[in-house]
Amino acid sequence: MELLSQIMIMAVGAIFINNFVLAKFLGICPYLGVSKKLDSALGMGMAVIFVMTMASAITWLIQSYLLVPFNIEYLQTIAFILTIASLVQFVEMVIQKNAPALYKSLGVFLPLITTNCAVLGVAILNLTADNGLPYNFGFSILNGFFSGVGFTVVLVLMAGIREKLEYAELPASMKGMPIALIIAGSMALAFLGFAGLKF
Amino acid sequence: MTAMKEFTKGFIKENPVFILVLGMCPTLAVTSSVKDALGMGLSATFVLLCSNIIVSLIKGIVPTKIRIPMFIVVIATFVTIVDMAMAAFMPPLHKSLGLFIPLIVVNCIILGRAEAFASKNNVFMSVMDALGMGLGFTFALVVLGTIRELLGAGKILGFPILPQVYQDSPMLVAILAPGAFITLGFILAVINLLNKRGK
Repeated sequence: MELLSQIMIMAVGAIFINNFVLAKFLGICPYLGVSKKLDSALGMGMAVIFVMTMASAITWLIQSYLLVPFNIEYLQTIAFILTIASLVQFVEMVIQKNAPALYKSLGVFLPLITTNCAVLGVAILNLTADNGLPYNFGFSILNGFFSGVGFTVVLVLMAGIREKLEYAELPASMKGMPIALIIAGSMALAFLGFAGLKF
Repeated sequence: MTAMKEFTKGFIKENPVFILVLGMCPTLAVTSSVKDALGMGLSATFVLLCSNIIVSLIKGIVPTKIRIPMFIVVIATFVTIVDMAMAAFMPPLHKSLGLFIPLIVVNCIILGRAEAFASKNNVFMSVMDALGMGLGFTFALVVLGTIRELLGAGKILGFPILPQVYQDSPMLVAILAPGAFITLGFILAVINLLNKRGK
């Protein structure tokens, strides 16, 4: 029971209170770039959940069994970004070979994820463990997963709003990026309300 | 003459933040005060300068197929240097920028310039390009930081600007997460408007 409640707290924290996009400003580029259509937003979200979960697992292993034993923690940034880049490439190849249908829907988004700072961000944040949860393999993976879900929720919400926005009459200079940013701001304002949640 | 053009284009015509809308994560995250904005801008400029020099020096040696991972390793090396130097000499700034220093690695501006400019041009031109783009990025960050710090705290660089009455109850939302999105949204709208008038 103790474990289950810890996991619940982590899920709510990662998805709503410390949302990656709206509270921590990670993964803004895909958030603004891929949120024009609902389908592609959903595809991107799924790909990010998958890669963030995998990346959390692998970077945890690298940190605990490679960097710490050899006292080379200062190489963290280089090691992590290389791991993530090769992981994305590897995942892309595996999916292409074994699940062509999935590749068709996720394929185009996978290369974009390497430069998504949310992935590197979750790998580094997992190590700081400032969320008061124990730092171990299982929790790192769960944190990666829930952070990805948080990203997807916000991305899909944004895509829904922007699809409707196509029909709105806006001043010409507000069209496109400016209005998207202002809507993102309003969403962040709404998500700020979750900060009051206490357990 | 062309060197001067490469230098100045980063400020206005191809400003990475205001026109190209790249590198959004640090732009939104560290501009709650002018000091943080300046620190982030100059760190990114340093990394961009060094990586552009190295990339343009090794452009003949690197096989095209593995150029992106090579560029990332070069960038990650300089980011690690900045990270460690800042932790040693400016601990308070290091603490307030936090996660966003290692995340300079995935800043699309830096990889973008390496790929689009430095890998095709000589060292001198690449230096001019890096300085222009880097300082243009810093300029954009400082503009955003000035507006947000002025509205959110009534100060600029910690010096009180607005009367005490305002400082006692400032528009706090400007330095919180939503303020970042909304301020940038309005800046982009104004730039769109000016561009249209100019034509």
